[in-house]
Amino acid sequence: MSGTFTKSMARNIFFGGTVFFALLFLALTFDSLQTLPKRDNRANLTPAVTAGKKVWEVNNCIGCHTLLGEGAYFAPELGNVYKRRGPEFIKAWIQAQPTGAPGRRQMPNFHLTEQQLNDLVEFLKYMSEINTANWPPNIEG
Amino acid sequence: MQYSSQAVAKPYFIAAIGLFTGQVLFGLIMGLQYIIGDFLFPAIPFNVARMVHTNLLIVWLLFGFMGAAYYMIPEETETELYSPKLALLMFWIFLVAGAATILGYLLVPYATLAQMTGNDILETMGREFLEQPLLTKIGIVVVALAFLFNLSMTMLKGRKTSIAIVLMLGLWGLAIFFLFSFYNPHNPVLDKYFWWWVVHLWVEGVWELILGSLLAFVLIKVTGVDREVIEKWLYVIITLTLVTGIIGTGHHYFWIGTPEYWQWWGSVFSALEPIPFFAMTVFAFNMVNRRRREHPNKAATLWALGTGVMSFLGAGVWGFLHTLAPVNYYTHGTQITAAHGHMAFYGAYAMVVLCIISYAMPILRGRAANSEKSQVLEMWAFWLMTVAMVFITLFLTAAGILQVWLQRYSATPIPFMAAQDQLTIFYWLREGSGVMFLIGLLVYIASFFVGGEPRKAAA
Repeated sequence: MSGTFTKSMARNIFFGGTVFFALLFLALTFDSLQTLPKRDNRANLTPAVTAGKKVWEVNNCIGCHTLLGEGAYFAPELGNVYKRRGPEFIKAWIQAQPTGAPGRRQMPNFHLTEQQLNDLVEFLKYMSEINTANWPPNIEG
Repeated sequence: MQYSSQAVAKPYFIAAIGLFTGQVLFGLIMGLQYIIGDFLFPAIPFNVARMVHTNLLIVWLLFGFMGAAYYMIPEETETELYSPKLALLMFWIFLVAGAATILGYLLVPYATLAQMTGNDILETMGREFLEQPLLTKIGIVVVALAFLFNLSMTMLKGRKTSIAIVLMLGLWGLAIFFLFSFYNPHNPVLDKYFWWWVVHLWVEGVWELILGSLLAFVLIKVTGVDREVIEKWLYVIITLTLVTGIIGTGHHYFWIGTPEYWQWWGSVFSALEPIPFFAMTVFAFNMVNRRRREHPNKAATLWALGTGVMSFLGAGVWGFLHTLAPVNYYTHGTQITAAHGHMAFYGAYAMVVLCIISYAMPILRGRAANSEKSQVLEMWAFWLMTVAMVFITLFLTAAGILQVWLQRYSATPIPFMAAQDQLTIFYWLREGSGVMFLIGLLVYIASFFVGGEPRKAAA
């Protein structure tokens, strides 16, 4: 770099640029938060959904599955599993784990109560009704 | 070593390498579980192994960053560390808390662990990478605050170089953005939105400041190039990083319920994110070519060049590969993401920590550089681990492309598990590459125990 571009100029551009783009990001965040109520399905955020989210979290479901594409890539996407499988299948499947099929990937049995199963299904239903810009591309997730 | 208090860096570096080894071992377990699904089940279910794998990564990198800062700040500020005792106390607290957390993951069902550690008081657990119990999260904050206090007090009484300022900015940013891990709203979209303020603003934001300053520090030392030149480059690189990376957060806001304009903001800005990594590679090679001294530590120079190249490939090229919204629509949450994650973390963060360790550890052990024999072994380790990581990334990419085709793109999409069955060959190849990585790591560890005549600084 030539002698006309000094370190202090570089430093000023760094601080100026960072502050500018951080403020722009905050502005976009503010706008997103205004728009979210139309997309994030919050009208249906019932106590059962909240309880289901907690069941999801304290059993570390994200350690194997993805949820709207985020998580681990070891087991199927569950953001749309409610639409793919329906509530009864989901409950029966969770209760039937582990399959014990030799060599197959195994899901632990989390000993969920009927109440917890229902809450979890409500949570997965909620997730499937978020406006995700048509993601995933098809029902297989 | 110029300042005796720099010695506190040593236990941090040793712990980092130890935890890194644990991370790799659990990676191999998971790699095998991808093929032999019931391997170690139910003793270590996949989700537990993954939690251990990713949390060990974060913790060993934090140990590495802290060790680096304790080593660099006294030398940069030209004064002794404010309190070496506090630094050592924090080392033991962090190590014990970290080990206890990992044992908790392994020995107690996660739901029980959550109940035992106060998750009902403030629900923060069960989110990817932020699985730590509340107590551990609070412990991380306490250790980080004590660490930042110690270093900031050292800064106040000494010389304030740009490298030190950038490092401190990165470390303060790391601590501040971690606070978002305590915010877990019931609304899943909001939860995801602000979860990225920890994860993205760490690895594609403030951590890159730490990366840049560590690299700049080592380059000054091994090349002898004028500080003014190197620090100017550092500012240019981190400007590019944050100008692209902050709005680049938008590439995570494509499909999680957020407004669709993020597809534009995220695509455009994150498409620019490779530029700072490219600049970093050019910078590293340029400085080494313009070197004004022949530093006896060749291995450290190799790591410095390597981290430039590999972070550009892993974070830059493999990031770009799937960052445009129309591509990401198909690749989001597949093995493509895993491929990118592996090479980016290794290239940018694992390698820069190994670089500073390579430079500082011989000095902490009382010599300018290790013996020829030890350095040759360390360079073998560099190539084994780096080539292994290239292969891991290539095989996961191949698996990802096939997965996308079978499950998402073809006219007749098949279910997730049916697609996984078709990827087995690539998972075997990945596991083989993982074994090669482990061999490289063992060679690396062995290089610390090789004696011989230390290389002297050239006249």
